[in-house]
Amino acid sequence: MKMKMNKARTFALLLIASTALAACGKKEVKDLPPVADNTGYGNQTDTTTPSGPTIVPGSQEDFIASVGQMGDRILFDTDRFNVDTADQAVLQTQAQWLARYPNARVTLEGHADERGTRDYNLALGERRANAAKNYLASLGVDSSRIQTVSYGKERPQALGSNEESWAQNRRAVTVIVR
Amino acid sequence: MLNLQKRSNSPLLFRGGAARLGSAQPDLVAAGWGLSTMRYPDRPHSNPSPEGEGFIRWTFSVLLALLGLVALAPIAAAQEAAAPAEDEPELVEFDTAKVRRIAVPALVAPNPADTAAGNSANLGRQIAEVISANLRNSGLFEPQGPAGIRPITLEEVTAPQYDYWKGRNVEQLVEGFVRVGGDGNLTVGCYLYDVNFGQELTRLGFVVPPREWRRAAHKCADAIYSKLTGELPFFDSRIAYIAETGPKGKRVKRLAIMDSDGANHRFITNGQSTALTPRFSPNYKSILYLSYQDGNPRIYVYDIDSGRQRLITASKNPTFAPRWSPDGQTILYSMAVAGNTDVYKVSVNGGSPVKLTSAPGIDVGGSFSPDGKQIVFESDRGGSQQVYVMNADGSNQRRISHGGGRYATPEWSPRGDLIAYTRIAGDFRVGVMRPDGSGERLLTDSWQDEAPTWAPNGRVIQFFRTERNNGKTSVWQVDLTGRNERKLPTPVDGSDPAWGPVLP
Repeated sequence: MKMKMNKARTFALLLIASTALAACGKKEVKDLPPVADNTGYGNQTDTTTPSGPTIVPGSQEDFIASVGQMGDRILFDTDRFNVDTADQAVLQTQAQWLARYPNARVTLEGHADERGTRDYNLALGERRANAAKNYLASLGVDSSRIQTVSYGKERPQALGSNEESWAQNRRAVTVIVR
Repeated sequence: MLNLQKRSNSPLLFRGGAARLGSAQPDLVAAGWGLSTMRYPDRPHSNPSPEGEGFIRWTFSVLLALLGLVALAPIAAAQEAAAPAEDEPELVEFDTAKVRRIAVPALVAPNPADTAAGNSANLGRQIAEVISANLRNSGLFEPQGPAGIRPITLEEVTAPQYDYWKGRNVEQLVEGFVRVGGDGNLTVGCYLYDVNFGQELTRLGFVVPPREWRRAAHKCADAIYSKLTGELPFFDSRIAYIAETGPKGKRVKRLAIMDSDGANHRFITNGQSTALTPRFSPNYKSILYLSYQDGNPRIYVYDIDSGRQRLITASKNPTFAPRWSPDGQTILYSMAVAGNTDVYKVSVNGGSPVKLTSAPGIDVGGSFSPDGKQIVFESDRGGSQQVYVMNADGSNQRRISHGGGRYATPEWSPRGDLIAYTRIAGDFRVGVMRPDGSGERLLTDSWQDEAPTWAPNGRVIQFFRTERNNGKTSVWQVDLTGRNERKLPTPVDGSDPAWGPVLP
């Protein structure tokens, strides 16, 4: 039991570290939550900012450098979870990177906009994360390397209450766990 | 009741005593209640009166607690009693156009003495303040006092000066006393009079530890509300909700509980992990809620006394939208497997979950009818979120919402006569309809009102409101007329309210 918890904690720390790393490369960092949080998302108290231009191959930073600023995510229409042609191109680029780093593991975070009820949005985020996961798997990424988590409407990326913000928030984001 | 009225000095008969049910949690339930054996008022309509069983119910709770069982039977009995007759189609039964003018002078404190909650004279005034606030907040009363009206004498408590109160232009009068007993407990007496007819309408008495003086006030307000509106009581109840802080993109969400009027607020989780959608168990001993504690959304049962919690299933799949069955023996929840969400139920003691839905698409949420025989839930199997009803074993699933737009978060009234929901058609509004989908009525009109939860009497609904752009949230109440709407006082922002039953 204790071993299990330690494992979980190590895993959580890894998540935190990778999220923090992910944050460094993106403008959106400011919007991530500041609280100490062992859920692993959005933690900034544990920031291990890499100094200088060194990018660790196979890392989250490497992933972003390779797929592009917004190449880590696909966006969805209201209440939808289908992977359209544009999304397919994004996921193909991700799959290529994942093929280069067969040891890299990813978490697919599914999100919904604020214009849905809480429980439904949790289910919808799960659907979106799984849609992205399934497409990556269809491209040859071993599905055991991909885990999913839904944040529903809990972690908006864009903070406005308008169509533009909502469009950005209906997303599935690939985060490298390593 | 009649024989008691002759006892002018000590007009109330108390039973029970200061035996305690639980141990460590003084601010929750069960502690030290000696309920009066007196009945609540007779009702104008035929609701069975569960209150006469007060002592009996309480004793049952003690026995079950002693046996280490979950003490839920009384709640089930109460909810069953609350189920309406089938020929009761009216959405709104109480006369809401009538706002009752009622005087609530400070309770008399003969031989004032200090208690753990302050001097009894102060408590007399504070109890009257709580009674007055409860009645005012229901929207059905226009109370006077205790501020601004003259204090009463102990003699007046049983012999009110009707002429004086007629002169104050009130229809009803609440008087009472608070005494400090030798054991330090408070004895609170509460009397309701009709001023115009010059007669007593009801009386109640309670023995409470000083720290629970507010419960005596709530019980008194409940008796008045019940007597004068014909509805079941609801003030003496508690609410679990999510306390929110921080800006929109960095929301910290903590599980918290409070009394129905916002008092006795307590945070349960520290905010390190996002907490969502709590539900008090019918006996108030535990709370179901969602936490991201292990990184994934999962439902936990939090035990209030011990502070410990456990997962409701061993499955590694995400679980959310937890609900109790009315008897507290079954947990209803939603689980996503490979992206597909269905509704499940599992015994509170563990065992194998039963999958209730299997439609491709999102089947989520759910709420038992008060008799436990049916479940209302939401599903987008037809293309958009709509409300469906099924039998508790999953059979006979049928859609009941047909009004256009999307329908979400259905909650069955504890009276059984209505289902509350969130209607999404542009904005989010809270509405009610009958269990067959007829009689739809929207009660609120705002940018985003979501997730209704019923007061234990099925006549008031709580929900949360989200503000456009800044994402701030607040907990609100509205009655079934839609006219009496008010924001609940919470120390920080609040969402996901869940109302528990009336305390025993």
